[in-house]
Amino acid sequence: MCIAIPGKITSILNENTATVDIGGIKREVNLDLIGGADSSLIGKHALVHVGYAISLISDEESEEVLKLLRDVMDLS
Amino acid sequence: MENIEQKLISRINEHATPLRIMHVCGTHERTISKYAIRDIISDDVQLLSGPGCPVCVTPVEDIDFAIELARSGKVITSFGDMMRVPGTTGSLFDARSDGYDIRMVYSIDDAIKIAKDNPTLEIVFFGIGFETTAPSNAAALLRGVPENFSILTSHKLMPPAMEILTRDTNVDGFLAPGHVSTIIGTEKYDQISEKGFPIVVTGFEALDVLLGIAMVQNQLETGRSCVENAYPRCVNVEGNLKAREMLYQVFKKTDSKWRGIGMIENSGLALKKEFDQFDAVNVHADIYKELHEKRASESDNVDGENRLYEECICAEILTARAQPPQCPLFGRRCSPEAPVGPCMVSLEGTCYNWYKYRHNKGI
Repeated sequence: MCIAIPGKITSILNENTATVDIGGIKREVNLDLIGGADSSLIGKHALVHVGYAISLISDEESEEVLKLLRDVMDLS
Repeated sequence: MENIEQKLISRINEHATPLRIMHVCGTHERTISKYAIRDIISDDVQLLSGPGCPVCVTPVEDIDFAIELARSGKVITSFGDMMRVPGTTGSLFDARSDGYDIRMVYSIDDAIKIAKDNPTLEIVFFGIGFETTAPSNAAALLRGVPENFSILTSHKLMPPAMEILTRDTNVDGFLAPGHVSTIIGTEKYDQISEKGFPIVVTGFEALDVLLGIAMVQNQLETGRSCVENAYPRCVNVEGNLKAREMLYQVFKKTDSKWRGIGMIENSGLALKKEFDQFDAVNVHADIYKELHEKRASESDNVDGENRLYEECICAEILTARAQPPQCPLFGRRCSPEAPVGPCMVSLEGTCYNWYKYRHNKGI
């Protein structure tokens, strides 16, 4: 039930909704929960759950995860 | 960074001591079962499955109410997972087979569209789910819904259930649910970690889960218990403030009954007074009252469960007091094709995942 799929916001349809590309499939997704649809979001990735974007996906996460991995495993 | 999973597995196994880590998310159970994570890490590190499947913890009373509404001519709209969960007199699918109007939807917006397209019908949306799902229902109500639309609210909040589990279950630490945490952030778990339970907010790839396990292990090794975030690409400390603001414009916290656990204080959501006209319990109060009076007078109900399910141990499964193979029905009279209890119905249910990924492999 809490499954959420990452997708890329490709166009804004109106103040509430955007087109999101989820693995090559285009979906209309409501953006109310992340502050509404606005053109600055085009190109960003969002987590989509039951037709709504619930959060934006951070572009800087990979470095953060590498740090967590290093901390826990002393990776070189 | 090659073979990162292998390095994590080695790290977990080299540091293994008896340890019970509970996840509280059905999607974590899917990942753990699908990638056989229990089989590749040391037996000392036990991964417990908690009440993380909203379908599984929805009480029988709510399913019975939905079916009763359908029998009285309302159109019930529901997520697919909820359709097969047995109530006292069968499931929503059974009721649909009997000719009642029950439709599967993928979002509340689908249900609203049905209401707009059918102004002479009364549409009820069965609102289940944790903090991940409830905000979408709040957003829809704030945008405005037609007069012939109402919600049967059965939403649950995760931290109060985790709090109960720290008291009633033998658990050393938690993998916190990644997508619930996108909404509530990481601070909501502080009270639980301060009691001595390490908590790691964890994502859903196999690598994410392995990292979460290693981080819980690391906290215990170093004598710490705090909340750490192993899913920073989607989760931050404060969570989604906008979603929470909308959520609490529409809903208020309320005591709520969880299948398998019972009543938990402030663990559910009810619509606020100003949304009474969209609250199915209020709109259809006569049906609700009659159903509850009937339930109270029936002597064959034991704590809200029908004797049909006496042998089913979903209650124990949901609180990690037992594992699926300990159930006398598992893989015999209860399977995904013919589920008896809720844990076998949902794609996120513990029994479903154990059956799908382990039962036929001789594990």
